[in-house]
This record gives sequence, C-alpha cells and structure tokens, in this order.
Amino acid sequence: MLNFSVISHIFTIARNTFREAVRDRVLYNLVLFVLLITASAIFLGELTAGQEARTIVNLGLSAMLIFGAFISIFVGVSLVSKEIERRTIYAIFSKPIGRGEFIVGKYLGLCLTLAVNVLIMGVGVSLALLYVGGGRLAFSIWGAIFLIFLELTILTAVAILFSSFSSPALSALLTFFIFVIGHFSASLKEFAANLGSSFTRLFFDVLYYVLPNLSLYSFITNAAHGDAPPVKMTGGAALYALCYVGVLLVVTNLIFSRRNFK
Amino acid sequence: MSYIIEIENLSKDYEVGFWKKKRVRALDDLNLQVTGGQIFGFLGGNGAGKTTTIKILMSLIFPTTGKAKILGSDISDVKMRSRIGYCPENPYFYDYLKARELMNYFGELFGLDPALRNQKTEELLTRVGLDEKDWNKQLRKFSKGMLQRVGLAQALINEPEIVFLDEPMSGLDPIGRREIRELIHELREKGTTVFMSTHILSDIEALCDRVAILRKGKLAATGNLDELLSESGAAQVYEVNVKGVAAAALENELKGIAGATISAKPTGANIQITDEKDIDLILPIIRNAGGSLVSVQPVKQSLEELFVKETES
Ligand SMILES: Nc1ncnc2c1ncn2[C@@H]1O[C@H](COP(=O)(O)OP(=O)(O)OP(=O)(O)O)[C@@H](O)[C@H]1O
Ligand SMILES: [Mg+2]
Repeated sequence: MLNFSVISHIFTIARNTFREAVRDRVLYNLVLFVLLITASAIFLGELTAGQEARTIVNLGLSAMLIFGAFISIFVGVSLVSKEIERRTIYAIFSKPIGRGEFIVGKYLGLCLTLAVNVLIMGVGVSLALLYVGGGRLAFSIWGAIFLIFLELTILTAVAILFSSFSSPALSALLTFFIFVIGHFSASLKEFAANLGSSFTRLFFDVLYYVLPNLSLYSFITNAAHGDAPPVKMTGGAALYALCYVGVLLVVTNLIFSRRNFK
Repeated sequence: MSYIIEIENLSKDYEVGFWKKKRVRALDDLNLQVTGGQIFGFLGGNGAGKTTTIKILMSLIFPTTGKAKILGSDISDVKMRSRIGYCPENPYFYDYLKARELMNYFGELFGLDPALRNQKTEELLTRVGLDEKDWNKQLRKFSKGMLQRVGLAQALINEPEIVFLDEPMSGLDPIGRREIRELIHELREKGTTVFMSTHILSDIEALCDRVAILRKGKLAATGNLDELLSESGAAQVYEVNVKGVAAAALENELKGIAGATISAKPTGANIQITDEKDIDLILPIIRNAGGSLVSVQPVKQSLEELFVKETES
C-alpha cells in the first residue's frame, strides 16, 4: 500500500521535524564541537605531526559519536511523547495521516538532523586535520564517519521504540543502557559460548540477537591509524542497520497504533 | 434518510490510577444520528462526555464498545478524514511555527498544492479575524483566543464536508464570538455540516438547528431545538426595565400581580413577569411612582431551564 500519498505524508512530517530541531536549537551543539576541535588543533602543537592528527581523529570522532548519541537519545525520546503531551498530535491524526506514517516521518526527520550534524562535524574534523598537516586522514576518516551515522540511526529507533510505551525519562535511561551494552554485545556471545548451563547460554544468545550489535560500527581507532572500513564491512553494517531499524519501527508502530491520546 | 454521522452503542471507560486500575465510565451506550447540512449542538455540563465522544470520532482514543461512522465510512478509515475538519478543545499547536507556516504544513498534509495552500491560508486567517500582523508570529507568542482562531482556521483548510468543533467559542472575546458565529452560519449556508460541543446557551440559541444533550455519559435528550423547548413546557419570562424610581417604591404595588418579581438596579429597577398581559397593568404603576420605561423584552429562560433539567440528575 506504499503509494505516493504515503511517501508525501512521511516527507512532509520529516521536514517539519527537521525544522523543529533547528528551531529548538539542537544544532547549537556544533558550536561546542567546533570549539573543542579548534582548541585541540591549536594546543596539540607540542606533539609530533603524526600523533597530532591521530589525536584529532580520536577526539573528533569520539565527540561526534557522543554528541550524536545525546541528540538521538534526548530528542529521540521526546519526538513523539512531546506531541502527545502537548496535544499537537490531535490535529495530525484527525487528518488523513496514518500512525505509521507519523512514526516513520518523525524518525526520518531526526535522522536528517543527525546527518546534517554529523556532516558538519566531519567537515570540522577534516579542516582541523588539514590544518595540522594530516591531509590524507582528512579524507580517509569519512568511512568511519558514515558508520557513526549508521549507529546513530539505530540508537534513534531504539529511543522512539521505548518512548512509545514508557515515560521520556525512563526511555532515555533504557536507550542509554542499550547504547552501552550494544557495544559489548559481541563479548556477550563469547561469554555465552563459554557458559556450561544451556539455559543461561540460551539467555545470552537471545540477548545477543535482540540487542543491536553496535560494535559493528566502531572504527574510530582504526580510522585514527589511517584505515578506511572495507566496502564489505560498510555494506554489511548498512544492511544490518536497515533491517534492525525496520523491525524496530514496525514494533513501534504496532504499539503506537493502539494508543489512546488522553 | 442517510446520516452523515452514525454513532452506535458507543461506550468509553477510562482507566485511572497507577497500580489498582479503576475503570471510569465516561461515555455510556451512546446512540446518535446526525443528518447533513445543519448545525448540530452537542450539549452537556462539564465532564458529561462531549470531548470524549469527539475524540473517539477522530480516532484519537478508541471506544471500549460500540462503533461509529462518518460519511458512511467507519471512523478508523484514514482516507475519510480528508473530508472532515476538527478543532480540538483548547487547541495547541507547534509553538515553533508561525501561524502561516502551520496552515501551510497542514495544507500540505492534505495534499493541497502550494498556491492553493497559500490562498486558503490567507483567506481563512482573515476569516477567523486574526490580525495580519500576527500571521508571521510564532504560535508560542499567541494568546488563548488567538490560538482558538488559528484552530478554527486550520479545521477548514481542506474545505471539509463536516467540521467538528469542540467548544469553538472558548477563550474568545465578544467580537470574536460574534465573528465565529457568523463564520459558522456561513459554513452551513455553503452546505457544511457543523458538529459543535458547547455549553454557552446563547450560542446554541443563535446557531443550532438540532441538539443532543449528554448527562453523565448518557444521552438525555435529542431533537429539534424548538421542539425540545416546547416539550419542556417552560414558562416565557418578560423583563421590564425602568429608571428614575427605586425598586422599594414599586414593591408594594406589584404584590397584586401574580408571578412578578422585582430587583434593584443602579439606575432604577428590573421587573420580571410571566404573563404578557401584565405589562399593561405595570405601566401605570411605574408612571405613578415617577419612573419611566426603558425596555420590555422577552427572555428565553426556557433554554436554560431545559439545560438545567437535562444535565442535572
Ligand atoms: N484522560 C482521562 N482519564 C480519565 N478520565 C477522563 C479522561 N478524560 C476525561 N475523563 C473523564 O471522562 C468524563 C468525560 O469527560 P469529557 O472531557 O468528555 O467531558 P466534557 O463533556 O468534554 O466536559 P467539558 O465541558 O468540561 O469539556 C469526565 O468524568 C472525566 O473526568
Ligand atoms: Mg470537553
């Protein structure tokens, strides 16, 4: 039933969500980020040229991930809950807008915001690298940056899912846990393999498959050494993100479609 | 005859409480049919269930039991909603948008092209009496009455066949109320059905063709407004305003007239009588006491009585 009107509804809602983020000054975090990068580029002068660039990559991309995660979590959990709380949603669903269209539109709007945020940060890091003479790194880091963006799209979907049935504060906390645990999910699998009891093994195995495997997207240290993620790895990570987000949005929609807006 | 709104055995229980969920019945087995091309008044006291009903019709909440149809389609039909409009009670919209942007956004959701959106936006914002200088102001800076006006304007952007207005006059100043009354009248003239909830009696009197009265979630009465009033058998009251004489000076003389009551006013007195013929008896009394007549007018107290009778148990 994917026809033109569905796509145009989603597009319209996504654009308005982006506009909301911009007007609510979400992108102001960029100012802080630019200050951080500029300061480090200037004060790292003591180090030798190679180390200097490496430190900027490590610092810049880590900050990009953390700032992005903050936006994903805090804006993500309020995306829908704020509309319910402020009753702005009344005027939306009395129009020919399906609940699923709304969820996907809001989600994509925040993803667009994150993409712009990550892009500008990436340009900032690249410029800083050019400034300290790490010209090659300025280009090779973009693969790692793309992976960071993919990770944020997963995190945003997790935040929306939680906020569809729990309070914003609890949702933020749970999403943060998932963010942290998601990075260790590969270790969970190893841990499970070494367990004797088949029941606990099953438990950790299930946990491994249910939780997002965010370690797929960790490439910052490698990027600092001038490596770019292989195409196969990036493609796999993108496919994983697509499927994972797809499933989460379907589940969110199922929960959200049954909700009464009081 | 075909109905454009059909409500069948509609009930709604709200769950309240955190641990021990208690069910509170807000709407109890409501059956109602509305025909097109009229202004339908949905009346009832505070907490009677008006907003609950309208929110169910808009699919914002789901009924516990029962079903409803609008324009022949079940209320869950998303496409049907392109033919209706809705202004919520105490509406609130995206406060980071300007009035113009909000109208444009909603117009886009209805799939209107940019030129038409722009034209409808200007036409409707003017029509609801929103000052042109406020069109480009963020909605967070809007007063309650201004938001109400925007709420009415956005409900009409798709030229709906039926528009649901939940207390459309709330928060409006007297001029605003008159303007919105005229707007509602015009809508009916153009063939739009208006389904409005309200408890402002003068608005009902001035606007509504038919009404339904809710009492504690149940339908207490429904029908043509004039028929309901004559059925209720309430007495007609006339109000006689006089000046230049104190109420106390007239009190004794009026005792001879059955049903007459008098109250003091800053400039004179206000006499209420229940029989038209008594006016001829009162006039000489006023003149003898040195007062003069200001006005005589019938008061439709019957509507208030009807409302009180039907909304109180
Ligand atoms: N979200 C809610 N949770 C619990 N009870 C509710 C909720 N909303 C309404 N109610 C209850 O349902 C009943 C009907 O409320 P409703 O808002 O429909 O009344 P109303 O007729 O619109 O009143 P008003 O004229 O004050 O707007 C009330 O008893 C109210 O307490
Ligand atoms: Mg109400």
